[in-house]
Amino acid sequence: MKLAITSDGIDLDAIVSSRFGRAKNFIIVNIDTMDFKCVENIQSINSVSGAGIQAAQIVANEKVDVVITGNCGPKAFKVLESANIKLIVNAGGSIKELIEKYKNGELKITEMPNVKGHWI
Amino acid sequence: MIITVASGKGGTGKTTISVNLALSLNNVQLLDCDVEEPNCDLFIKSNIIEKKDVFTLVPEINKEKCIFCKKCTQLCEYNAIVVLEDKSFLIKEMCHGCGVCSYFCPEHAIIEQKKHIGVIEKGEKLGLQIITGKLDIGEVMAPFVIKEVKKNINKNQINILDASPGTSCSVVASIIDTDYVILVTEPTPFGLHDLQLAVDLLRSMNILFGVVVNKSDIGDNKVFDYCEKENISILLTIPFKKEISQYYAQGISMVESNSSYKEMFKNLYEKILKQIGNK
Repeated sequence: MKLAITSDGIDLDAIVSSRFGRAKNFIIVNIDTMDFKCVENIQSINSVSGAGIQAAQIVANEKVDVVITGNCGPKAFKVLESANIKLIVNAGGSIKELIEKYKNGELKITEMPNVKGHWI
Repeated sequence: MIITVASGKGGTGKTTISVNLALSLNNVQLLDCDVEEPNCDLFIKSNIIEKKDVFTLVPEINKEKCIFCKKCTQLCEYNAIVVLEDKSFLIKEMCHGCGVCSYFCPEHAIIEQKKHIGVIEKGEKLGLQIITGKLDIGEVMAPFVIKEVKKNINKNQINILDASPGTSCSVVASIIDTDYVILVTEPTPFGLHDLQLAVDLLRSMNILFGVVVNKSDIGDNKVFDYCEKENISILLTIPFKKEISQYYAQGISMVESNSSYKEMFKNLYEKILKQIGNK
């Protein structure tokens, strides 16, 4: 079971980033083994447009099951949905805390994007 | 001669200046490049003599042929193509129609299809020609339609282009390759702020420009102070008059309501010619 959590930091003590498309990194955690790695989102950050679309393809490439972030718009949501990746939004706190909350079933999967699309 | 009427802020009077300048001069063509909300013809009320459809090309992925190699998604500047492990699809509203995906697809799995994005209308009224670009509702690629409008520029005439507000791609598409830009503003903090953005844009594009201050007797003096400090010529000031608004709301231009305004706009044109001559 793999989670991708957006963050500007690089490890489990880092805080979740509110942005999905232009988050600095994705912390990819296997919650069964607690192995983790940091995947840079630099390609999306440097995108003229469609950062969320690009970011969603990066996490899909990592074969994660769930994405945890602050906000996610409709285009990124569509890509995640197509890749059968579940989404949790409005997340706060550290990566560690979020993993615990996820394991305890305290985080709710969203059925829709929580912010509107943005063009810039 | 190509003169584009632009602004930073919206609602400062671009259409008023474009229409009245066009109606005050001879041998003129008016080109409405504000393709998301073209409104010059509301005042000209021309007879439409020609309509032309505008198309762009959008890719279509042949699902049978796609091998999910991701070449297209790596090359797409706008992240319009999504390629997953066993799925590929287009996010239409992101596509700029550049064609790079279909050109480089090693499997020839992407073909380009024509997509209707707008129309160009040519109208005529008492010797004045008006070209209006209209972007289809829900479409976003305004620059394509603007470029089609500008194909009608006639070098033997005075071409007056009405641009959209702001400093976005649409504005750049309108003002590029023009001889002169009239920036219309109003003496308010918003008018000044957006004027400064427009001035930065024109200076970076190295295009000659001057300012028209509309509703010049309201607000404050900061627009005038700014223009003086930056050595920007103020071509014309138009004081606020309720009757101008009243006629405007009825679709009647200033010069139509009172032909003595023509002198004011002729004078504006003379100033522009002088500034171009001095360069």
